[in-house]
Amino acid sequence: MSTLDPFEIIYSDFVLVEEENIDTDQILPGRFLTTTERAGMKKFLFYDWRYRDDGSEIEKCVFNTPRAKRSQILVSGANFGCGSSREHAPWALADYGFRVILAPEFADIFKNNALKNGILPIEIDSTFYNWLKDHPAARISVDLKAKQVRYGDGWAYCFDVDPFARRRMLDGMDEMDFLLSKSTEIADFEAKYVG
Amino acid sequence: MPRSLVDKVWDAHVVTPATSETPAVLFIDLQLVHEVTSPQAFTVLNERGIKVRCPERVFATIDHATPTIPVDQNGEHIYYTDEARNQVQTLEKNCAEHGIEFFGWGNKNRGVVHVAGPENGRVKPGMTIVCGDSHTATHGAFGALAFGIGTTEVGHVLATQCLLQQKAKSMAVTVNGRLPEGVSAKDLILAIIAEAGVDGGTGHIIEYRGEAIEALSMEGRMTVCNMSIELGARAGLIAPDETTLTWLKKHAGLSEQEISENRDAWLGLASDEGAKFDKEIVIDAASLSPMVTWGTTPATGIKLGQKLPSASDTDDAKALNYMGFSAGDAIVGQKVSVVFIGSCTNGRFEDLQAAASILRGRRVADGVRMLVVPGSDNTKAEAEAAGLDKVFSQAGAEWREPGCSMCLAMNGDMARPGELVVSTSNRNFMGRQGPGARTVLASPATAAASAVAGEIADPREYAPIQLEESA
Repeated sequence: MSTLDPFEIIYSDFVLVEEENIDTDQILPGRFLTTTERAGMKKFLFYDWRYRDDGSEIEKCVFNTPRAKRSQILVSGANFGCGSSREHAPWALADYGFRVILAPEFADIFKNNALKNGILPIEIDSTFYNWLKDHPAARISVDLKAKQVRYGDGWAYCFDVDPFARRRMLDGMDEMDFLLSKSTEIADFEAKYVG
Repeated sequence: MPRSLVDKVWDAHVVTPATSETPAVLFIDLQLVHEVTSPQAFTVLNERGIKVRCPERVFATIDHATPTIPVDQNGEHIYYTDEARNQVQTLEKNCAEHGIEFFGWGNKNRGVVHVAGPENGRVKPGMTIVCGDSHTATHGAFGALAFGIGTTEVGHVLATQCLLQQKAKSMAVTVNGRLPEGVSAKDLILAIIAEAGVDGGTGHIIEYRGEAIEALSMEGRMTVCNMSIELGARAGLIAPDETTLTWLKKHAGLSEQEISENRDAWLGLASDEGAKFDKEIVIDAASLSPMVTWGTTPATGIKLGQKLPSASDTDDAKALNYMGFSAGDAIVGQKVSVVFIGSCTNGRFEDLQAAASILRGRRVADGVRMLVVPGSDNTKAEAEAAGLDKVFSQAGAEWREPGCSMCLAMNGDMARPGELVVSTSNRNFMGRQGPGARTVLASPATAAASAVAGEIADPREYAPIQLEESA
């Protein structure tokens, strides 16, 4: 059973946050973790950046702008998603509408969690990152099949992605199905295992 | 070829090796489950009609959303929200339906998952251990390959007892020499993170080694391994030795027979002479002293005697501004509102003892609220047997029920906007302990000294007070 939509070419505006080390407590504050659902998380995304103590919206926060609300791409400073392993962070990002995150570096667990939720984290070099910072109104195109981000005047930034994750995202395949298909090998391992 | 500790644990658990197209399938010996990151995983299993493959390789406890205040007059637990209560009840129900051992209210094995886990005898050297929690690396103190995973992967392990994994790169953190008197494991790991940077271990698994690591107690080793994620590493391990085996026998209830049967295998997990690491940092233990953080990442540790650094970039400037500090200020003497002792980093008996040794015969300063939250029911009982609860109460601190509490402030235990918290937990991110709350990470001794002083203080200036037996 597949749970994810196949990943098509994304052509979109992007949202830029230049902070480094954006942790998952910023992306999804801990006090919203008591849910037992995974749907409807977008209202908590970057909650303490977007809302005042009285719950009113901070208009100038980038995530409250019309551009952000139509963007499928987030661009961030290095080490995005550090901290807690909460998958609620990528759930909220996906629910808000993000399908791609570009950053100079990602935290390991976040990257893993994002890929499992139809979000493609792409590590970018400083040249491309600087171009994005210099062109905040640009639209860019992310092509997972070609492993390219196309931008500006016909330029392309080529990126690496784990081949298995790429195949899964392009086919919309589910990892649980893959693991379940290994049940014979797992049973063989267990039969010999003395742990 | 010489193999490292991590290589040995990894190799013993490969079901199918990685290929150019697919990651390795890795067998998981033990999964720890808590209420926050598991409900959606059970939902997937239930929707798809999948049974838990090895319920005997899983146990669950409740810690994150649970209240730490006493039960009410009817014996009911007072949850912060109905949703929190529902989350705890959902885990209990899921465990019952899938035959998973559940350590709930009233069970002595309940507690913060990374404190209770080792105490209940399920964590052993050489294991692969996962939990939907980034501080799972704690169990690396026993020579286990232990790491945090997301909820999707919690479901994978429940369904197949396996994970798809690419092997990480290796990093050695070598700590030569001995820690000076009055310098704790928490000070050491804060120094390591400051040295490596908040992403210094990203993509790597750490092995901590060297004389100072070998000299640490198991509690100290757990504190060090616990914070591996704060330098970006998913796991951090220490080779098992006699200290490990003694602890397992004394505190985890392992039998002499089990230990002697496994002694050679467990001690043999140590990295071979000449094992290669992709990266290494070396720390001189003798140069260390008590550390606190000044900013909004755990990598902003400085020695207590140091002045606050000037901002080197906009993120630093933002952090200084958020903390209400100015470059050049002393960190010692900053006014404190709240002190929190607890968490999977520093909620163990030894930590409580360190704090109590400073509080005994002293008082928490006026205007300071101090919470002491033991890591588990076992720890709480041990502390009460030693009279530590009375030391804390007499000093004016609150002695609470075990749980994660103010570490991530999702159970209602939180600071108010602007309050400065000296906390023995692991993260000082903006808003982590409540919206607008400011967190300074510290050791239990530094936290206790700061509670007494009402401002950030050096624990070495608070020698234990010897009380008369009658007092």
